[in-house]
Amino acid sequence: MEEAGVRHYPGKPLRVYLFGTCLIDLFCPDAGIDAVRLLEREGIEVLFPADQTCCGQPAHSSGFPEQTRAVALAQLRLFPEPWPVIVPSGSCAGMMRHHYPKIFADEPRLLAEAMALAERIFELSEFLVHVAKVSLSDRGASVCVALHTSCAARREMATHLHARALLAQLPGVDVSLHEHESECCGFGGTFSLKHPAISSAMAADKVEALKETGAETFLSADCGCLLNLNHTLEKRGDTFRGQHLASFLWSRTNDEGSRR
Amino acid sequence: MNSRPLDFVPASEFKRRAAEAVADQHLRKSFRGAMDFLIAKRAAQFPDPAALERQRVLAEQIRQYSLARLPDLLEQLERKLTENGVQVHWAENAQQANRIIIDIARRHAAKLMVKGKSMVSEEIELNHAMADAGIEALESDMGEYIVQLDGEKPSHIIMPAIHKTKLEIARLFAAKVPGAAYTESVDELIGIGRAVLREKFMTAGIGLSGVNFAVAETGTLCLVENEGNGRMCTTVPDVHIAITGIEKVVEKLEHVPPLFGLLTRSATGQAITTYFNMISGPRKAGEKDGPREMHLVLVDNGRSQAYADEQLRSTLQCIRCGACMNHCPVYTRIGGHAYGTTYPGPIGEIFSPHLLGLAATHVLPTASSLCGACGEVCPVRIPIPELLIRLRGDAQHAVRPGRVALRGQGAARSRLVDAVWSGWAALYSRPALYRAFGWLATRFRLLTPPMQSGWTVSRTPLKPAKRTLHEEMANR
Amino acid sequence: MSARDNILQRLRAAPSGTPPLSPDVRAWQALSRGGMASAARAARVDLFCEKMAFWQAEVVRVTRDDWPAQLRTLCAAKGVRSLLYGEDTEQAAALLAAGIGGLQPYDRAIDDWKQDLFENIDASFTSTRGGIAETGTLIIWPDASEPRLMSLVPPIHFALLDAAKLYDTLLDAMIEQGWSGGLPTNALLVSGPSKTADIQVTLAYGAHGPRELIVLLLVDEEQTA
Repeated sequence: MEEAGVRHYPGKPLRVYLFGTCLIDLFCPDAGIDAVRLLEREGIEVLFPADQTCCGQPAHSSGFPEQTRAVALAQLRLFPEPWPVIVPSGSCAGMMRHHYPKIFADEPRLLAEAMALAERIFELSEFLVHVAKVSLSDRGASVCVALHTSCAARREMATHLHARALLAQLPGVDVSLHEHESECCGFGGTFSLKHPAISSAMAADKVEALKETGAETFLSADCGCLLNLNHTLEKRGDTFRGQHLASFLWSRTNDEGSRR
Repeated sequence: MNSRPLDFVPASEFKRRAAEAVADQHLRKSFRGAMDFLIAKRAAQFPDPAALERQRVLAEQIRQYSLARLPDLLEQLERKLTENGVQVHWAENAQQANRIIIDIARRHAAKLMVKGKSMVSEEIELNHAMADAGIEALESDMGEYIVQLDGEKPSHIIMPAIHKTKLEIARLFAAKVPGAAYTESVDELIGIGRAVLREKFMTAGIGLSGVNFAVAETGTLCLVENEGNGRMCTTVPDVHIAITGIEKVVEKLEHVPPLFGLLTRSATGQAITTYFNMISGPRKAGEKDGPREMHLVLVDNGRSQAYADEQLRSTLQCIRCGACMNHCPVYTRIGGHAYGTTYPGPIGEIFSPHLLGLAATHVLPTASSLCGACGEVCPVRIPIPELLIRLRGDAQHAVRPGRVALRGQGAARSRLVDAVWSGWAALYSRPALYRAFGWLATRFRLLTPPMQSGWTVSRTPLKPAKRTLHEEMANR
Repeated sequence: MSARDNILQRLRAAPSGTPPLSPDVRAWQALSRGGMASAARAARVDLFCEKMAFWQAEVVRVTRDDWPAQLRTLCAAKGVRSLLYGEDTEQAAALLAAGIGGLQPYDRAIDDWKQDLFENIDASFTSTRGGIAETGTLIIWPDASEPRLMSLVPPIHFALLDAAKLYDTLLDAMIEQGWSGGLPTNALLVSGPSKTADIQVTLAYGAHGPRELIVLLLVDEEQTA
């Protein structure tokens, strides 16, 4: 929440880096590609450092600081130019922006680097709203969507505000509120493996709340939440599905019309 | 009368209880309803986010300031209370605290002790100890009374009987309260409790209470309540014993209003409670009521362990409002009893390891999706998610240089899990290896195992995409 | 070593870090007020009445002259047969002169008449030390003449409050009345009748203390209308 309005945003750059995140890399590459398309359409060149892997959050949240540090260190120097680093995931962006400086707190040289990087980390929707200042034109048919604004994304990166601001630019898109919107979907990384009963109950409640809105689809800026909810829906034999915000935005606004 | 003492929370048992709780639709619905009610009431009290943030920052500063000077403030408190005629006792653990209280009761040949709400007394299992010593300890807060009547423990630190419906309480009273007629009217049920307990207030030799804030400069114990039972316990019996954790002290009376205002509004969405007692001593010469003797028992019971670490110390900022549990999606699903500890929910997950040791409690810090709701609503800005992560680490690793080992440090260490994370780190810090892994995983995506640990309990298996983003980007 | 020494030693052995600055509670309050020194008297009275009504307390506006008669009327209307009061108080003479039936002084130590107090007293009358507008709160400092249990045990509590002693906030009251200079054995804030929501979050009044709280608010003549 503190992020909203407090952060000082730079002008629109010519080039940015994309940090794709490990989940998007392996499970939802389309979302990454759509993020690139959205950025490129704004005349911004996107560089994808090939050596990137994962922000380190899984080990961090599991209580393995050494392993977190090793993986975080492997990302720290992949973005040498002073360009923004765009992360199409609220929770990974939060990790790099807020937690990297803590991880290297006792190592002055790395801390300086981590802080410099943290300053350049932008969650995709935040960047589109505040830095690229996009003006979207809606090419799709009228649709009702629900928006799942996940925990870390909401609390560390104010993604719920930015996503809403982008969707508000689309006249054909009606965003309906669901019950307990700010509540976690039950993913929580290794939490979903360690405490399946609780995690499943949270996921079930979330998909029911999303479905109750009558929306045709739901959106999220986090691949982890999407995997959790979509695979829950699939197991229930339900055809309702969620998609990444980047993919939805691209599908509504590109010249070929809706792809899906 | 109470359920058996709980001092160990095996992971398997926590998971079993949690699974049972989430399967209990009735329990889940009632917790969800109650938590939604409390969340809405709290939100209505804080219409201006900037004003709330200012008050939270101040409250955090007051608690940190007080903790920074804790040993001095405790001595000042002791000095002032002693001047005011209060006897101050110190207890390092539950056993010592119980012994002190039992000795006082025995000295007065007390048969009955009436209790105002005190989580510390639950923490030290005082009721058991008193029963073993042949003294009845009767809860007088309505919620605590109900829970005790049914041989249970509180399921919430502010609303002890929140897991029970009106009808369950109606049946409980008809079955367990002598002479009580069955009624489903809340007013009548409260009337029954009032009549029973008023009789007990009159006859009890000892009244026990907790403490919300202890003010060092005046030697004053503040007690927050709505019912008036706290006042009864601290005024009617001849002896009043207050019990508190050592962390509750603040330096000045002026420090109380911002904390008090946040406590009641965060807890139950009230701008203030019906009663706020500022107790500074027993009955003085010439006064016609009030206890003739007053004691304060200061309890450590693991708090000094949290205090010894600068990061973990923030655990002690807690003012016990319960907002973290009200807003916790896990607590809302499983309720307070599943945790098996005196303090449930997020605060319990970061506090219980100090009371009981990590060997007994290492599963608790894992019972969180780290969604951050607890930290967001905490009125004293305890970074609960960060502390959960810290304790997850301490449970699985030997102590790091420069830190003090926690009780049960490394108790959850597993070579297999260590190896998994070391392997993970090796893979994710070697870009070429990682890309090769991605290539293989996508090429052999159909071989992905159909059962994936806890994931596939309620989800279809994860299956890699046809190409990784790395490949897609390289091919553009 | 004693438990005390062990605990203090452990606390003193802990790293001290950078101690935070002394919290400035007054600056915070000034900021919360948005620069306003304090509310106007009339606004304060209105806010107090509104908040007290929210707590289900009755507020009856009275004057210096008519409060005993108003109290007599209220007692009659509520069927009060016995009214407990303090003997050595400013108000005692006026109470006695008002012809209220069943007046009973709290003139003995509780030990001598506990059961009687619990079972046979319908109502009590006490003075107050002031009130807090922001929260709808009475400040009560029980003493030898108006002991603690007067505002707790009888089912109905009448409290006389001088509107001139209304403060905006608890902090104002603390500072202006100099509480840190010395508190009584039991100082109290009371906001409404006793209540509980422990059964299925349903509010019920008269949990252990009074079921009714009636504030006799002393205001100047022109404000009683």
